[in-house]
Amino acid sequence: MTPLSHSPTLSIGGLETVYDALATAIDQAGADKAQLFLVKLALLNANALADETLFQQHITAALQDL
Amino acid sequence: MHTPSTEARPSIYYQYEVFKPWLASAHPPQTRQKVVIVGSGPAGMVTALELARHGVPSVVLSAELQFSQGSRAICFTRRSMEILQQVGVADRMTAGGLPWRFGNSFYRGQRVFRMEAPHDADDRFFPIINVQQQFMEEYLHDACKASPLIDFRWGNKVNTVVQKDGYAQLEVDTPEGPYTLESDWVVAADGGRSGIRTAMNLQMEGASYEGFFVIADIKIDLPLPTERLAYFDPDWNPGNTILMHREPNGIWRVDYQLPPGETPEEALRPESLKARINAQLAMIGHAGVPWEMDWSSVYSARTLTLPDFVHGSVIFTGDAAHLLPIFGVRGANTAFQDAQSLGWHLAFVAKGLAGPQLLANHSAERVGAAREIITEAGKSTRFMAPPSPGFRLLRDAVLSLSLTQAFVRPLYHWRTSRPHEYTHSMLNSAGDDNGLFKSGPAHGAPPQNVRLGANDFLLDHLGGGFDLLYFTDTALPDALQQVINAARQKGMPLNVTAVGAAQPVAGADQHLPDADGHLRQRYGVPAHGGAYLLRPDQHICARWLTLDATRLQAALNNALPR
Repeated sequence: MTPLSHSPTLSIGGLETVYDALATAIDQAGADKAQLFLVKLALLNANALADETLFQQHITAALQDL
Repeated sequence: MHTPSTEARPSIYYQYEVFKPWLASAHPPQTRQKVVIVGSGPAGMVTALELARHGVPSVVLSAELQFSQGSRAICFTRRSMEILQQVGVADRMTAGGLPWRFGNSFYRGQRVFRMEAPHDADDRFFPIINVQQQFMEEYLHDACKASPLIDFRWGNKVNTVVQKDGYAQLEVDTPEGPYTLESDWVVAADGGRSGIRTAMNLQMEGASYEGFFVIADIKIDLPLPTERLAYFDPDWNPGNTILMHREPNGIWRVDYQLPPGETPEEALRPESLKARINAQLAMIGHAGVPWEMDWSSVYSARTLTLPDFVHGSVIFTGDAAHLLPIFGVRGANTAFQDAQSLGWHLAFVAKGLAGPQLLANHSAERVGAAREIITEAGKSTRFMAPPSPGFRLLRDAVLSLSLTQAFVRPLYHWRTSRPHEYTHSMLNSAGDDNGLFKSGPAHGAPPQNVRLGANDFLLDHLGGGFDLLYFTDTALPDALQQVINAARQKGMPLNVTAVGAAQPVAGADQHLPDADGHLRQRYGVPAHGGAYLLRPDQHICARWLTLDATRLQAALNNALPR
């Protein structure tokens, strides 16, 4: 798998923090709202990325191996 | 035997006149017509009026004996009003209409988006004006009646259209039975359920969306301004969208989406309508306000177009040519642009001033417009009525985010109908200075209106043929006058306006002083000697920083291909 960006990536510690925070938030949203929560999060992240091409690459990567 | 209803349609606010049917027995034998227009809606009547303006007679066939049932199209754009001005009914539309420019979207009781349509001081007309379709049809019909070139036939229903060699033969049924009518051209303006399109087995391209919307007109006194109101995912209709518009004569349009699986018949039951309208009124804080139902109907969103509007002697226009979602007011407003375009293109071909390429150009331009609208309207439709779980999830995520995150709010914008720019039209002049202009309307663009004085605007002075705006304060050079006169001698209607001249100047039919240079500035003309050539639909087909006779000749030749 090729890296999606040459910009700085998360440290291991940072990734672990994101991992826990996301898992906790999905549980907090509850089963019936988890999808909605994740889509909202994706839109916020996409806006912060400010790069629709990079976001499309993320979509392609996330669609792999489902 | 065709027997249209002779009973006036019911309406709280509009008194229907039942017209007498046109009967062949009361008229001399029919010669072959130049143009027969099937359908008397906005597209049919504007086509007839534009044809008449260019000197081409037409027969308009209406299957009914009265104007259409219910308010139908209620929102008319600025460009529609500019087109209606050209056919002489804009003043009546303005007199009875409710102009507006703001739209509001609500979610969970919060206004999450406010659209403010710009209103330039140079515009005569508001971005949108609300008028019920019956009134608009009445105004157009009065204009048709006043024209000696329009033969309006109520109660005439087309049974068949047979294409012959260079003309078409129609069988027209009436209350005394059928008669035969021949015509060089047939304009199929017979609406979204076009019988002519079906009989010719023509396929439309595009998508149909699932889900139905109810349109209901109610008489009610609500203390709200004339603005568009859109409510998303309310408690009383979860997941669905409700629209409200104020109409003249104390009427409000309530437009709501039905839950999946509900049939139109179920939705139009009086008790169903009553419960939902009451729920909507309660949600906006007006529970218990008395109201009365005027008219209701059901529609579904479709984005479909014929890939070609011209088929032999038959030309499709308006809803007969394409079906567009009403979000963004695209039905009648697109039909006006279609009809204005068709009127002059067909007139010039019928008069022998241009070859059939001109009709091919009309089709290419208006199919292009329909496709552009489909792309834009598809976005609105996917937001208003999401067609799949993915689209619904994204829409719901945007609703939720919009309460706190400004960046998603523009997604509520409903992309109002706007005039298509014929940027790549074959009528645009290749050798002009289009690319050298820094501002002003470019190739194919609709005209920029300009305020000239109190109740006096540029577009009041244009139309009826080609318009040459020549920026000068002295006589036109002889060489230009020779080209202009030669074109006129061949039958080309060409009106010359001297812009920047305080007095009449030789070679110009009229002059506009433009004392403050504002018109020149809006058109991006840096100095005297610049010029614009406008087509009979006022779209730009050539512009020059410095006009010369050779390039004017080339532009005129190009604008009317033979």
